[in-house]
Amino acid sequence: MIMSAVDFAVGAILAFAMVIILIRLFAGPTLYDRVLAVNAFGTKTVLFLVVFALMVDEPAAIDIALLYALINFIATIAILKFFRYRSLEVALSAMALRKALDREDEE
Amino acid sequence: MVDFTQVFDYVLMAMLLAIGVAVIRLKNLFAIVMLTGVYSLLSAAWFVSLDALDVGFTEAAVGAGVSTVLLLAAMLLTARDCDHVGAARHWAALAVTVAAGAALFYALPDMPIYGSGDTPANSGVGMDYMMRTGEELFIPNVVTAVLGSYRGFDTMGEVFVVFAAGVGVALLMGLGGGKRDEEDV
Repeated sequence: MIMSAVDFAVGAILAFAMVIILIRLFAGPTLYDRVLAVNAFGTKTVLFLVVFALMVDEPAAIDIALLYALINFIATIAILKFFRYRSLEVALSAMALRKALDREDEE
Repeated sequence: MVDFTQVFDYVLMAMLLAIGVAVIRLKNLFAIVMLTGVYSLLSAAWFVSLDALDVGFTEAAVGAGVSTVLLLAAMLLTARDCDHVGAARHWAALAVTVAAGAALFYALPDMPIYGSGDTPANSGVGMDYMMRTGEELFIPNVVTAVLGSYRGFDTMGEVFVVFAAGVGVALLMGLGGGKRDEEDV
């Protein structure tokens, strides 16, 4: 019973943190605030799911937490690529190549 | 134990509502795309807390991952500003929404109570699968057993349809590589 109370407290704190991040996401003056908020929110969701899995004693929910962590990474990369290059079509390797060529030209 | 998870259900639903209102109010397309991604994450967490692990898994993979990237790609193709929508059209949309919401509330009393034992899913053929999956297939999750084994051919057909659709879109729109990139470099 004590353990489940601890689980509940940790889950409640995580939910509170999610609410705070949501406020930053709504208000966020710049786009970078929002990118950071989305990334932090994803992390909080992963943690929340793990705590929840412990709470209801369902180990399968941890699989979903792992999937979240992977998906969150992909979404963040897509968003940052969109920021940097204004395009999702170009491969990142091509961009790195162009950057290297530019650097050689400068030198 | 059950009460604890229900508290989290309400918290998650409140956050979903807040995000929905914010998506309507915000004018910044980029922020809206991010909010829809967070909406998918949250609803997947909510599905997990309702013990629908398979739905949560799908929502996390499709909603939070793929659709955010697709919406970003769609943002590249659209204009940044829109024509002003007159108030008359707002009223028509509001009337349709209120009518649909009223119909849903009218149907609500016919729904079984949350967690009730005599829902259609918990009686009849559903219970038959619950009883037999453990000894026939040795798969702990009944939904997975039904999808992957009892109606496996159906699922395989769905996978074929999705794959064919993906190949069709890729052939029509190109795979994003090819000549143009090489010229850029």
